Amino acid sequence: MVEHLQADGEEPCVTLDAFLEQSNATAVRLEPDEDARALIPHLGRLALIEVAFPKFRDGRGYSSARILREAGYTGELRAQGDVLVDQIAYMKRCGFDSFAPEKSLNPADVEAALTRWPEHYQTAADGAVPIWKLRHG
Amino acid sequence: MYKYDEYDHAMVAARVAEFSDQVKRRLAGEITEDQFKPLRLMNGLYLQLHAYMLRVAVPYGTLDSRQMRMLAHIARKYDRDYGHFTTRQNIQYNWIKLEDAPAILEDLASVEMHAIQTSGNCIRNISSDQWAGAAADEITDPRPWAELLRQWSSFHPEFSYLPRKFKIAVIAADEDRAAMRLHDIGIQIVEKDGQHGAAFYVGGGMGRTPMIAPLIKDFVPLEDMLSYAEACLRVYNRYGRRDNIYKARIKILIHELGADEYRRQVEEEFGHVKSLGIDPPKAEFDRIAAQFAPPPLDASALDTIDRSDPDFAVWVDQNVAAHKVPGHAIVNISLKPVGGIPGDASSAQIDLMADLAERYSHDELRVTHAQNIVLPHVRKADLYAIWQALDGAGLATPNLDLISDIIACPGLDYCSLANARSIPVAQKIATRFSDLGRQKELGELKLKISGCINACGHHHAGHVGILGVDRKGTENYQLLLGGSGAEDVSLGTITGPGFDEDGIVDAIERVTDKYLAERTDGERFVDTYRRVGMAPFKEAIYG
Repeated sequence: MVEHLQADGEEPCVTLDAFLEQSNATAVRLEPDEDARALIPHLGRLALIEVAFPKFRDGRGYSSARILREAGYTGELRAQGDVLVDQIAYMKRCGFDSFAPEKSLNPADVEAALTRWPEHYQTAADGAVPIWKLRHG
Repeated sequence: MYKYDEYDHAMVAARVAEFSDQVKRRLAGEITEDQFKPLRLMNGLYLQLHAYMLRVAVPYGTLDSRQMRMLAHIARKYDRDYGHFTTRQNIQYNWIKLEDAPAILEDLASVEMHAIQTSGNCIRNISSDQWAGAAADEITDPRPWAELLRQWSSFHPEFSYLPRKFKIAVIAADEDRAAMRLHDIGIQIVEKDGQHGAAFYVGGGMGRTPMIAPLIKDFVPLEDMLSYAEACLRVYNRYGRRDNIYKARIKILIHELGADEYRRQVEEEFGHVKSLGIDPPKAEFDRIAAQFAPPPLDASALDTIDRSDPDFAVWVDQNVAAHKVPGHAIVNISLKPVGGIPGDASSAQIDLMADLAERYSHDELRVTHAQNIVLPHVRKADLYAIWQALDGAGLATPNLDLISDIIACPGLDYCSLANARSIPVAQKIATRFSDLGRQKELGELKLKISGCINACGHHHAGHVGILGVDRKGTENYQLLLGGSGAEDVSLGTITGPGFDEDGIVDAIERVTDKYLAERTDGERFVDTYRRVGMAPFKEAIYG
């Protein structure tokens, strides 16, 4: 289920360093230059990973998201920051399932963006069946 | 040629709908130019000095006549009756209105074309050998491999906001006609134990820091190719520099890490990525490859050419290349008439080339990275008729690979990045050397001009290269010698202080005079340069 609004009353995210040093936190925030693979040993106890997009042009968070999903993370994966309606379809394909944009998005535009693509050429982290598989069964 | 199926059609249609919506929101002021910019760029739309420029993708440079006619139609209807073929085997239009862009993309979609990822920090149109499927020296047709990569890279969700643009070329012959090792990834299809696989060269490029791509993996089997490419890209997306636009290309990452360390990281990532099942089955490659089956050429066709018309014979010697099937030939149409704009063609010329392709070349055309057009599959018996038609349209300039077959970027006449004009310099050089006998005496001499350091005109890879710079507010041209984009790939060296527009033409003449004085039998210009070095040329230029 895709939501683009942040829920109230949730546990605040700690930084990656803080998470790795202590902690019994279940929510962590990953900056673009931080290695998503550092979280892999701890995925089982994480309920939320927030991936920061300080600038929409910085695409490192897309790789972070896929790496986390490919490692089996099943909790909430949130894109936070300069998250625009024209990026969220790709973000969803990389495994994000929630969005916390700095500037709120028009729900109709979000709906249009997420339903526009009938199929996908390549395998990603959203479980979509790629076109080549549709062609060959 | 590859034909879209229902899925390909649906994907392009979705993209047109998406971009139409984005243009609408931009025109309504709902998104800022800053937010719109990467979206329009990923649809090939640049904001240039005078207008929007639209770059249309020609995947691996291959077109049929219907598509070529659509390019003419767009030039006629939405532009100023001409288009400009580019070094990425694409075509661009210089005078486009933003509000027309969605309609143009719809027109393109109707003939299985698009402008997807012809710009932006994503994987760009895949380029290839313009003689693919026709060249006598290829081990296989590289285009099925390129098409596999095209589909994988189209709308790739992870790699659409890369640190910088990303260019891939695929060839399958030892003779490199696509500047393969000057790409972010250059792939050469090679054979090992009876199987074809991809040799990956990664981290080449031109721009302000030119680099020749090192070999990262000598043989990637077909069934691993997309996983390997994915691993190459993921390492780049995660670790490529984003602090400085001029250091953001993958070549800088690989240069800073070293090829060995980059390879280690890619191999590690590949070990992981390979488990994800992203590589399509062989059946998908076979489905694509079947569409590139060779045209039905009659190997018993007449294998001689009537050379009784001397002008025709000159053109045959210069512009016609050997085909793999006897009785056939590859026609190279020069878009470099003396005094013309390199790579430009009028709507009428584009239509004519489409007609010739339909009638004589099994409905196929190619765009070359040297900004020319190819009819890849013609009967030798038809060459004279083709030449006559081309000649009547100003398209029979017999100068392929000669000094006037110049690659030039649009330069300051069009481009908002340029520091200097390229087109007038190309025109002056072509005019100075217009005597065909003199050009032929100089032999193969690849001259390439860029109007700024971004090197769209491939000046680093020219046997003779020219780089336009801004020197205290006036246009100044630096001269480079000894580059090559072919299998003997090398980067040119700057001769010394630059020149003004007339000075650069004089300097080139001194260089070519020196070459004629120094060369030994059979040496091309670049061979002589490599043998004698820069010093004699420098002496000839600066005294």
